[in-house]
Amino acid sequence: MTTIAPEVGNSELRALLKYVDKRRHRKNRIMKWLVVAAFVLAMAPLLSVSWTVISYGIERFNAYFLTHSMRGVYGGMDAGGVYHAIVGTIEITLFAALISVPVGLLTAIYLVEYGRGRLARWVTFFVDVMTGIPSIVAGLFAYALFAVILGPGVRMGAVGSVALSVLMIPVVVRSSEEMLRLVPNELREAALALGAPRWIVVIKVVLRTAVAGIVTGVMIAVGRVIGETAPLLITVGVIDSINFNLFDGRMMTLPVYVYGQFQQGLVPCTEGQANCIATVAYDRAWAGALTLILIVMLLNLVARLVTRFFAPKNLG
Amino acid sequence: MSTIQSPPAPGSTARSGTEPSGSRRRKRSARASDRGASRVFRWLATGAGALILVTLAAVAVFLVVKAWPALSMPSDELVKQVGLLRNSTSLLDYIGPLVFGTVLAAALALIFAVPVAIGIALFISHYAPRRLANGLGYMIDLLAAVPSVVYGLWGALVLSPKVQPIWAWLNETFGWFPLFGGKVSPTARVLLTVAIVLAVMILPIITAVSREVFLQTPRLHEEAALALGATRWEMIRTAVLPFGRSGVISAAMLGLGRALGETMAVLMILSPGFLYSFHILEAGQQQSIAANIAAQFPEANPIGVSTLIATGLALFVITLLVNMAARAIVARRKDFSGAN
Repeated sequence: MTTIAPEVGNSELRALLKYVDKRRHRKNRIMKWLVVAAFVLAMAPLLSVSWTVISYGIERFNAYFLTHSMRGVYGGMDAGGVYHAIVGTIEITLFAALISVPVGLLTAIYLVEYGRGRLARWVTFFVDVMTGIPSIVAGLFAYALFAVILGPGVRMGAVGSVALSVLMIPVVVRSSEEMLRLVPNELREAALALGAPRWIVVIKVVLRTAVAGIVTGVMIAVGRVIGETAPLLITVGVIDSINFNLFDGRMMTLPVYVYGQFQQGLVPCTEGQANCIATVAYDRAWAGALTLILIVMLLNLVARLVTRFFAPKNLG
Repeated sequence: MSTIQSPPAPGSTARSGTEPSGSRRRKRSARASDRGASRVFRWLATGAGALILVTLAAVAVFLVVKAWPALSMPSDELVKQVGLLRNSTSLLDYIGPLVFGTVLAAALALIFAVPVAIGIALFISHYAPRRLANGLGYMIDLLAAVPSVVYGLWGALVLSPKVQPIWAWLNETFGWFPLFGGKVSPTARVLLTVAIVLAVMILPIITAVSREVFLQTPRLHEEAALALGATRWEMIRTAVLPFGRSGVISAAMLGLGRALGETMAVLMILSPGFLYSFHILEAGQQQSIAANIAAQFPEANPIGVSTLIATGLALFVITLLVNMAARAIVARRKDFSGAN
């Protein structure tokens, strides 16, 4: 008798354990599919954007396009390129990096090596807040700054660089700070114990160890600001010729070039007119977008390779 | 951010001079390691940190300085001098519809983006195979690497023609609902299209922050839920989502900040108008602050520029408040470091 009772209990238990609440399981399955669907949904625009940019852009994307400016190009002419915009983008972005990297890196060093108390807390908080400044506001700030100093109506590449550096500094600070915090304390302590002064320790030991990560962070930051359009549109203006001088006159940049060609829209071509393509402006816009995306992807790729191959292996 | 509470203490040996016993000796050693070049270097670093605060203050100050002529001028005078204000009675009357359009577009984008972003974050943190998770996360980050002008181009030339029939159908079927009312635009260059592109653009940041929080759910909570017989979804609903709620809220606010300030997508897709209108399928109804500045700035006269900078100041204040609120929520969660 005593052995049967548990047997009955067991079978009841087994039945209970095998019992499946259909509704709960259906809900579980539905939720799983919804979650997967969310991911697929997000991939759709990525695929669509990359597909259209490549398929529309490849048509005009050639050596001629990359080595000619828009000087003297009008109407539906089958000519014109992006060279002046590449020059402008590279110069303005490099100058922005020249401003942001020292400031951002020193701020990160301050936060990690020296930061105590209220100032450090405020800097951390406002660096985060600064990442959210709208790019157009950064452009207005740079415009206002130079208008107050040099008088109104200043249009030159350097103003755009200042605007971009406002957007770039917080990104550099965040990524460098993370990298510097990964440097083990034992390294600092060992160097200090050998009698090295503090600044030598920071430069030769801490920065030396974190250099790969910092370079990666800087490249990702450059990749983020290189596509900024709005601040450059209002500070640097547009031009059709090549301008190498950052401190004199308007410059063209790739994103603004794309926007400018888009704004031109369809060209009115008369019937049978030779050398007139109605969609030439849109074609140039797509090719410019392809150039821009290739530059951004290249920066991201190089940044990844730098981390992979130059990161110190024995951190942690 | 947690690291502020427990910083690596490289300087602790040099800085213990505050103890009363043997303080003289310690003080000297503190001074010895902070002399000459070291001191200059420390000042440089501190100066750079302070420069960040100065820059943020300078943004506000310079915007106010350049906006002051428009802010201080009497309304009737301003309306006479600025072509932009031809349909408005005062500066506030001009900014009002712009703020309305900006907030409406950003709010719609947020409504689309948040559920999808939570789904993606859950997929990467709890559904996808461990080995794939990193790569899938990188795919989402790629969305953030696409420049905004390319999204604008894509939205205007590819997305708009594709969604036009859907918008027309929505307008026909649900036209009684205020949002879908009005006369549907034949080009689909309307606020709903803009909101969709904005949603795509803010997806990565919301996903990245939410993913970080979801991954920090205590393992024991999850296992306890599963051990009590919960299905995977029930485990997520009872353990993961409540734990991550504040993180998701702040992520959504960060996304909102981005959407409010986005210029190019709105500028290139939307056919603008200056009305307090909820008709998101009708052309020429709304405009956002940022797009308006970019569109009008090149042709504005000096006082017009000042007016536009005043609208920019409004945008700056709005995004600053949203971002500060979001960051304050994040900062309150001690062991959570922002995914930025």
